[in-house]
Amino acid sequence: MAIRVAYTGNGACAQAMRQVEPHMVAAYPITPQTEVVEEFAKFVADGKVKTKFLPVESEHSAMSACIGGVAAGGRVMTTTASQGLAYMWEMLYIASGLRLPIVMGVANRALSAPINIHGDHSDTMGARDSGWVQLYCKTVQEVYDTLIQAVRIAEHDEVRLPVMVCYDGFSVSHSLMDLEVLAEEQVKGFVGRFTPRYPLLDIANPVTYGPLALYDFYFEYRRQQVEAMATAERAVREIAEEYASLSGRRYSAVEAYRLDNAEVALVSLGSTASTIEYAVDRLRDEGVAAGALRIRTFRPFPKDAIREALEPLKAVAVMDRSESLSGWGGPVGIEVKAAFYETEARPLLLDVVYGLGGRDVGVDDVREVFGELKKATDAGKMSDPVYYLSLRE
Amino acid sequence: MATIKELSRKPELLTGGHRLCAGCGASIAVRQVLLGANDQVIAGSATGCLEVSTTPYPFSAWKIPFIHNAFENSAATISGVEAAYNALKRRGKIEKKMKFVAFGGDGGTYDIGLQSLSGAMERGHDMVYVCYDNGAYMNTGIQRSGSTPFGAATTTSPAGKVRPGKPQQRKDLTQIIAAHNIPYVAQASISHWKDLVKKAEKAFSVEGPAFLNVMAPCPRGWRTPNEITIEISKISVQTGFWPLYEVEDGEWKLNFKPKELKPITDFLKPQGRFRHLFKPGNEHLLETAQAEIDKNWSWLKKRCGVE
Repeated sequence: MAIRVAYTGNGACAQAMRQVEPHMVAAYPITPQTEVVEEFAKFVADGKVKTKFLPVESEHSAMSACIGGVAAGGRVMTTTASQGLAYMWEMLYIASGLRLPIVMGVANRALSAPINIHGDHSDTMGARDSGWVQLYCKTVQEVYDTLIQAVRIAEHDEVRLPVMVCYDGFSVSHSLMDLEVLAEEQVKGFVGRFTPRYPLLDIANPVTYGPLALYDFYFEYRRQQVEAMATAERAVREIAEEYASLSGRRYSAVEAYRLDNAEVALVSLGSTASTIEYAVDRLRDEGVAAGALRIRTFRPFPKDAIREALEPLKAVAVMDRSESLSGWGGPVGIEVKAAFYETEARPLLLDVVYGLGGRDVGVDDVREVFGELKKATDAGKMSDPVYYLSLRE
Repeated sequence: MATIKELSRKPELLTGGHRLCAGCGASIAVRQVLLGANDQVIAGSATGCLEVSTTPYPFSAWKIPFIHNAFENSAATISGVEAAYNALKRRGKIEKKMKFVAFGGDGGTYDIGLQSLSGAMERGHDMVYVCYDNGAYMNTGIQRSGSTPFGAATTTSPAGKVRPGKPQQRKDLTQIIAAHNIPYVAQASISHWKDLVKKAEKAFSVEGPAFLNVMAPCPRGWRTPNEITIEISKISVQTGFWPLYEVEDGEWKLNFKPKELKPITDFLKPQGRFRHLFKPGNEHLLETAQAEIDKNWSWLKKRCGVE
């Protein structure tokens, strides 16, 4: 039976990993993810899991060992953050290119320089085109639920892609929240047994992993990844439904909050959605037709669901917790704008870059953004396409 | 150890038809190493000549399971394979005994893969790491490495008007790995096949990490005729450029003890990459090369208790 407990985001991540009990975990500690590795090492030391734990010497080797382990035929998991994810970058593409179902928790943190340990999305946004499915969590409960679902998504027969489960550094990773935890046999039953494809250890049928493929075959490899990513959209949805019938908690690619009859809305990823939803309630009380949309699945990008949810609105602000440094805002803003290229009607779109390096975002900040949207709707246009929130200028 | 007749009857695990050059030392090294394996072997390789030439999709020269991941992580990758094997074995999913070997050139081992190798050795995986050492980044067109000998001309340490090839001495990787205090470390050469196969057999038979550093010349990079690969390997041993020794549970043993070393010029002279060292006015460079060999040889003899 499910029980109610209190965990931090990292604790929930570790508990989900314990209950999934993969064959192997190879991980390297880094703030703000460190606790996950510590707790998992303790589970191993206390004999609570049979998992083989590899305390590797770097994140690069963590992902390299995961690639070896899953190719061998084992279910593998890891976790990281920030510089660690950046250090793994090379291997992220190999994991997805070899179609290896690895599940990785990422406690989102800013990237150096300057060095900063706090939460923003620079790390995972930098890996957005690495061929991994990316799911962003709002709460500690969602970290737990998503980790478990991620195993099924990654191992889905028509997907076979690695999955990143992203949660905000400190605001989720270190926040204690109460959550409902499933019984171990429920989790084990849900994830099922891992069926490897072409495992290295099948010595009767020797296979070669990681061959050289040049202009004659490389392109076809990539095209198949595109297909897998398209299938992942369906897999995320179906597995969420199945999980809902097990847990009573339902998740979707995008989550609308009071968007019915809304005129203005904020789009966000991760824990900021909670603050936005609180502000929306206050604004609704004051008669403002405010709403919110949270993108939970960033890869594959749910363009249709986003268009459908936002098309009727007058003005929308996309909250970007990273800067693409392209000269026109953050990656989420750019992609949401691109999603509206083919529609006839579209809301005014404002890209809001906020919270970099862990700068806090409060209810007043969210109100400020809604204020900008009001100005835009009054004027019938955006005065500036990118807005920097709570920034000294 | 098996006789040469018995070895000749063992199946080839790396088959012919791959695209390595004629006279390449790498494939000879791999075949000799695999002859030392008496259990099922799973192999991995770092990016490099060996990997690109044996796996041009949709072909593979490997008759055994093989994985290439990237350049600097052959050791970490095989450590993951070994860990998954043990996890599956622990849960009763696999019964058969398997051994794991990671190959890398000197680029992937001495330089970019040193951290990954050190980590895997320290963690104590039951795996063999084999460096096929040809003394430069040959796959990308002969660039210097931490293993490139003093004075050698490479495309990134060219012999120019003011610089006579690589100004630095080689690093001693075998000793670095020996300092990890793992069960078995050895240096071998493809010219001494019996010694090499025996060392491979020992490496595969120990429980825990083992490391082999194998002399494997590259005719392209060394500027030597294809047909002298084995001969030049032999000279590398006879001149003390590549001493054959092993460190078994901390015991150092010299496996080849000539009464007198041949002069290092015997090794340098046949190779085009050292041609400039023999120009008038460069005698001091040859002396420096010889002095380094003498110093290292004397140190190694002392370490192995040989006088």
